Amino acid sequence: MTGMITTRRRLLVCGLAGAGLVLPGAAATFAQAPRAAGRKLVVIILRGALDGLAALAPVGERRYGELRGDLALAGGLPAPGPFVFHPALETLAGLFASGEALAAHAIATDYRERSHFEAQDRLEAATPAIRDGWMNRALALMGSDAPGAVGVGQSMPLLLRGSAPASTWAPAVLPGADDDTISRLMDLYALDPMLGPALARALETDAAASAMSDMSGEPGMAGLGARGAGPQAYGLIADAAGNILTAPGGPDAAVLSFDGWDTHVRQGARDGQLAVRLGALDGAIAALRQRLSQDWDRTAILVVTEFGRTVRINGAGGTDHGTGGAAFLMGGAVRGGRIIGDWPGLDRLHEDRDLVPANDLRSLFKAVLAEHWGLNRADLERAVFPGAGAARPFEGLIA
Amino acid sequence: MSARHAAIAVNRFGLGARPGDIDTAASDPHGWLAAQIDPSAIPGPAQGPTAREGLVYLQTEYPRLRQSIERSGADPEDIQRQVREFLREPRLAHIAWRTGAAVTTQHGFAERWVRFWSNHFSVSSTSLQTAVAAPTLEAEVIRPNAFGAFSDLLRAAQLHPAMLFYLDQAVSVGPNSMAGRFMDRGINENLARETLELHTLGAGGGYTQGDVEALARLLTGWTVGGPRLRSAQDDYGRAVFDERLQEPGAQQLLGQRFAGEGQQRAYEALDFIAARPQTARHLSYKLARHFLADEPAPRDIDHIEAAWLQTGGDLAAVARAVITAPSAFDPALNKFKTPEEFLISSLRAVGAPAPNPRQLYGGYMALGQAPFSAPSPAGWPDHAEAWASPDAVLKRLDYAAALAARVGRESRPRERAIAVLGPALSEATALAIARAETPEQGLTLLLMSPEFQRR
Repeated sequence: MTGMITTRRRLLVCGLAGAGLVLPGAAATFAQAPRAAGRKLVVIILRGALDGLAALAPVGERRYGELRGDLALAGGLPAPGPFVFHPALETLAGLFASGEALAAHAIATDYRERSHFEAQDRLEAATPAIRDGWMNRALALMGSDAPGAVGVGQSMPLLLRGSAPASTWAPAVLPGADDDTISRLMDLYALDPMLGPALARALETDAAASAMSDMSGEPGMAGLGARGAGPQAYGLIADAAGNILTAPGGPDAAVLSFDGWDTHVRQGARDGQLAVRLGALDGAIAALRQRLSQDWDRTAILVVTEFGRTVRINGAGGTDHGTGGAAFLMGGAVRGGRIIGDWPGLDRLHEDRDLVPANDLRSLFKAVLAEHWGLNRADLERAVFPGAGAARPFEGLIA
Repeated sequence: MSARHAAIAVNRFGLGARPGDIDTAASDPHGWLAAQIDPSAIPGPAQGPTAREGLVYLQTEYPRLRQSIERSGADPEDIQRQVREFLREPRLAHIAWRTGAAVTTQHGFAERWVRFWSNHFSVSSTSLQTAVAAPTLEAEVIRPNAFGAFSDLLRAAQLHPAMLFYLDQAVSVGPNSMAGRFMDRGINENLARETLELHTLGAGGGYTQGDVEALARLLTGWTVGGPRLRSAQDDYGRAVFDERLQEPGAQQLLGQRFAGEGQQRAYEALDFIAARPQTARHLSYKLARHFLADEPAPRDIDHIEAAWLQTGGDLAAVARAVITAPSAFDPALNKFKTPEEFLISSLRAVGAPAPNPRQLYGGYMALGQAPFSAPSPAGWPDHAEAWASPDAVLKRLDYAAALAARVGRESRPRERAIAVLGPALSEATALAIARAETPEQGLTLLLMSPEFQRR
């Protein structure tokens, strides 16, 4: 790890490559046989920027309560050091406890602005100069040994774009606009005397109809939420991905996108909007765990987001675009039960507002590609993450 | 200033900007519009079966087809389904062609002009005959006549097979005509009434029930050729004048005596109505309402009316008056897009190819405005209250989200917003798009923004 910041709060830093520490897992890097064969890799992109401080909350930090205000959790599910998992992340916390999940905190790409699009592009391309995805470049590097890859959604995620073949799969029924888009549109219509009231009334009717359909137990909308693409969709996407990944001859790699993490307003703490999303994410993880049970020992699931959120609560009960965020890696192939990387703490903040980006997401990506799929380190640096040599891979993440 | 006018030219008078369109129009927005007032600027010729092809099929092949399916002992519901499929084809073909033309044309104003008149002479599928013929009137009548004399357009529209079937002229028989005396059939006033009320003078245009009846009698003789009339094979599916149906005798219409006989009589009556000042006023009002505001300013109506009266209804001159009306470049976006305008402008904005005909038809249906199916001969409403119902807004939102999902992450909504809205892009919308969580969400917000929903 690069150790951009060295702090007394360093928890447990694996793969201190700089210190010459090499863990057994790294040996696989040099395996002759295509290590990727049959090794499942699922990347879940939480679009909109997950509040990492809510998912993996440093409740033991001195300034935690003061900075987070109403967003502060009183407690949560067990995690090492000052941290607790959000109470809604039962499955993830369970995997962590059984040594099958790890977390990285205060982690970010090298992007330091605050645009969702640009940050997501950087997350997926890993470099500002290239307009294809790092996963696709990895597949291209593997040539004929490359596993099949699928993007689950309406369009090909940037992560899978590029010269290597990849497919997409989308549910047959187009979801309508999701709740988050609707609430943004309501804001945009605030001063529109015609469209504002019309949309407001439509949503009331829609909610009433949805409530009635829930009561009557009618199928169709069940499980899709009032507007068809709320957090409830995460589970459906995960189910679909699980089915595709386990189909005979199916792909080994999948990229899933879960939208709706941009919690500027009324984020909530133990309960509320974000808690519902975290619960849905947890449900999606459980669904993947269950669907991939035959392949679990050879599975790694990477959960990432484009950046973190501001440490302090804002005036609307939410958080704004930040820098350092959280990432999670889980699966039977993962050497879990720990939090990797540096922990900068909350005493000093990036630009006096964000969690310091002490760790580099590309260190995590490189580690997964090297250890899970057996890509050669030099090839990775040259062809997949050019110009990112400073982000040295974590080591020993995968068994 | 010129960018502002260019955005208005492209979005208000055209069918919506494709990226680059506003730049193209910016050097001379008015000139960009005026250059389109030219028959050669009108997209066409349309592809799809002609009225005649559809009707001949209906008159000759269709009964045989039906008989053979029925003889095969097929389930009646299956037969219905097959018939519906067959009848849907011409409509899908025309919808696909005109959507593609609208999405790709550089002459958005000329195409909007065509569509205004197509809706003015609205025909819908309400019967077997109109199912095949209604989609053809725009192609066969409006496109060739849109910048000609209104009287020519009126004549061609009223006497097109689609209109003759839609407003029952095809079955109207003069009671004292040869056929009337033998067949116990009579006058059908429908076309005459709508001609006066909708297509020319307008409700309150100073005509009486007596005028409706007189015009109905003047129109007798005009019908559609086919086996029923024992027409020559060559006349099948064509508008024909059959003197055996014509009511004899002179008629008094709007104070004018029409004593002639033969096919000329209907022409004279229609030309006379076309030239009434009430027609000029009614149409000038409708044009101002379509292009400028739901409740147009009298000075705008006056401006268009003056050109109409001065030129005797030369539609090219009238089109020039529309783009030089006092409020033509008023920055206020007074018109809420109809679902069709929204669909077309959204496809132009995102640069997506029009989806396949069935998907496209599904999109129009979901948004509530499937072409060639207006609810009445008055055509589709042209004011916001008719289209901005809560459910309709939600349907647009779902459509926009689905389109954005189809376009995907490469949509560059921030740049696109500037390119397609120009100076009309509000700070609030620009900010909402910039803050969107994904490009798809940004594009959805762009398409649903107050300024994209209006023109």
